[in-house]
Amino acid sequence: MAQVTLRKVVKMYDEVQAVRGIDLDITDKEFIVLVGPSGCGKSTTLRMIAGLEEISGGDIAIGGDVVNDVPPKDRDIAMVFQNYALYPHMNVYENMSFGLKLKRTPKDEIERRVRQAAQILDITELLDRKPKQLSGGQRQRVAMGRAIVRDPKVFLFDEPLSNLDAKLRVQMRTEIKKVHQKVRTTTVYVTHDQVEAMTLADRVVVMNAGLIEQVGSPNDLYHSPITKFVAGFIGSPAMNFIPCHLEQAAGALRVRLSDTLSFPVPADRTSRYTAHVGKANLVLGLRPEHITETRPHVEPNQHDFENPIDVVEPMGMETLVYFTIAGSEVCGRVNPNAGATAEKPMKLRADLSNMHLIDDGTGKVL
Amino acid sequence: MADIAARGPVAIAGGRSSLHKLMQRKSTIAFLMALPLILLILTLVAYPAGYAVYLAMLNKGMTKFVGFGNFDFLFGRETFWMVVYQSCLFAITAVIFKAIIGFVVAHFVHNIPSKGQRKWRGMLLVPWVIPPAMSTLAWLWLFDPSYSAFNWILAGFGIDRIPWTGETGWARFSVILVNVWIGAPFFMIMYLAALKSVPEQLYEAASIDGATWWQRIWYVTLPMMRNIIAITALFSLIVTFANFDIVRVLTKGDPLNTTHVFATWAFRVGIESGDIPLGASVSLFMVPILAVAATFILRDITKRGSEV
Repeated sequence: MAQVTLRKVVKMYDEVQAVRGIDLDITDKEFIVLVGPSGCGKSTTLRMIAGLEEISGGDIAIGGDVVNDVPPKDRDIAMVFQNYALYPHMNVYENMSFGLKLKRTPKDEIERRVRQAAQILDITELLDRKPKQLSGGQRQRVAMGRAIVRDPKVFLFDEPLSNLDAKLRVQMRTEIKKVHQKVRTTTVYVTHDQVEAMTLADRVVVMNAGLIEQVGSPNDLYHSPITKFVAGFIGSPAMNFIPCHLEQAAGALRVRLSDTLSFPVPADRTSRYTAHVGKANLVLGLRPEHITETRPHVEPNQHDFENPIDVVEPMGMETLVYFTIAGSEVCGRVNPNAGATAEKPMKLRADLSNMHLIDDGTGKVL
Repeated sequence: MADIAARGPVAIAGGRSSLHKLMQRKSTIAFLMALPLILLILTLVAYPAGYAVYLAMLNKGMTKFVGFGNFDFLFGRETFWMVVYQSCLFAITAVIFKAIIGFVVAHFVHNIPSKGQRKWRGMLLVPWVIPPAMSTLAWLWLFDPSYSAFNWILAGFGIDRIPWTGETGWARFSVILVNVWIGAPFFMIMYLAALKSVPEQLYEAASIDGATWWQRIWYVTLPMMRNIIAITALFSLIVTFANFDIVRVLTKGDPLNTTHVFATWAFRVGIESGDIPLGASVSLFMVPILAVAATFILRDITKRGSEV
């Protein structure tokens, strides 16, 4: 049993509040990813769970016991650092067995567990090497191996893939997921990369300016963000935000983007949005994949419009088109064969069944 | 004619290019750049050392070659063996204490917030910066049997006067104490630099691995500082072993020659007693002892250096 609970956790550095009172329940065996821009307090939160930073307020409990004043060595946790923090004077075997040695585990037990972890990570032939003789990816594996052999209550990962090149990062990402599926230890993982967060997590915690914006499964965050920050942070290319206002005409709602462009609001949202008719500071949020080229078959809530294209970015499997609506840059994803050309008008189709209406004043999704 | 004219420049160009090639070879350039230092070492180190070997094989009047006669004579003298003993005792004890004190103080200074750290570093370096002959004079006054500060303080506690420089045991203690006082800051500053180069995350990783404060020092700090500790100890051992000024100023080798180290006894024998060949032989004894120490420590450093 190793659930982790954070209750109103606060971290102050002199006068600055780095973490401003966060509540989080992490269940046993769960893979939680803390994600957010740099300076949002995600690493600080992780280090507070590890015991490397004192907490200025609130409670942290691991496995039901409050650990506020328990030093890191007694918390039964393992951590993988961004730069791996392998002991340079020890070989891989010694690095991995160090924690067990300190706990006075019998030698044959250490041997068995190190061999087992090395096998899981496919580093058996590296056991005699010094960290200096390893590549970045191998060091990363050893750092994970050091965590696995301890069989701790909780794994903590602090941006473990940031120092790897793009290809290796994707490979190690899969590796981490595989290892978690094998060992099923509660994991808290910090990253600034939303793709990493989406692919690894059971649940993602989006943090911003020392607060939690939203907690949810990757799909929840992607499809039902509750704040503008989450809507803009999750997904690449980012969600389009277009200032708009709501109009009521002949019993139906329309979202007006410019003098010439407006779309009817899907019927199932009418009751939700009616109260906001005529309000200032409204923003329409629409993901790029919901702006496509026109197709012969029209689904409900899909509406065609024409707009000149500013920039075309071919990606291979799709083409990104950038254009402007009432001064806001908008991105759409079209078929590479749709004939998108820069500085030429193009017929596009917006799918409003996935629209979000955002109050820019409060930052909340309506 | 045309043939010769044509060949001439080619030959010159050929000669030039081989000189050019020689000049371009890295080893040649390296040698030329090191030449000033090599000349300096030859005149200031190699020549005097060779001359000392030559002197050590002459008789007292420097008129006759006696081979190893001077060494034979030394081996038979009790004072010589006492000087060997005292030199080793002096150097090894002093280096051990300098290393321990330097390490402890470096830890304290390392943990001072960086704002106040410079001040402390500066103050702690003072003993090392003052010329030893001068600071040793101050110690000489402190150690004075009748009017010194130390004995005055001890008297306040009702403790008898201590003959700091007048009795073999105390005199040996005093020279070592002064040497430690002067030399410890050097260790402190070297260890402090080494401490700063140990990445903070290694300590964090160790504490998460379950290491106590002491285990972090034993398993992380010390191995990471191994090379610096070895090099610093080696240099200090050499300098301490060859020490002259502290012993000369504080005790002049007395009482009864018991605080002499090689350098001061060589001076006593060679200059003050006028037997230069014998003095040269005494000073030569430092060479093999230091060479052995240097080989051991440097061998370990190369081994470690290729590993870490």
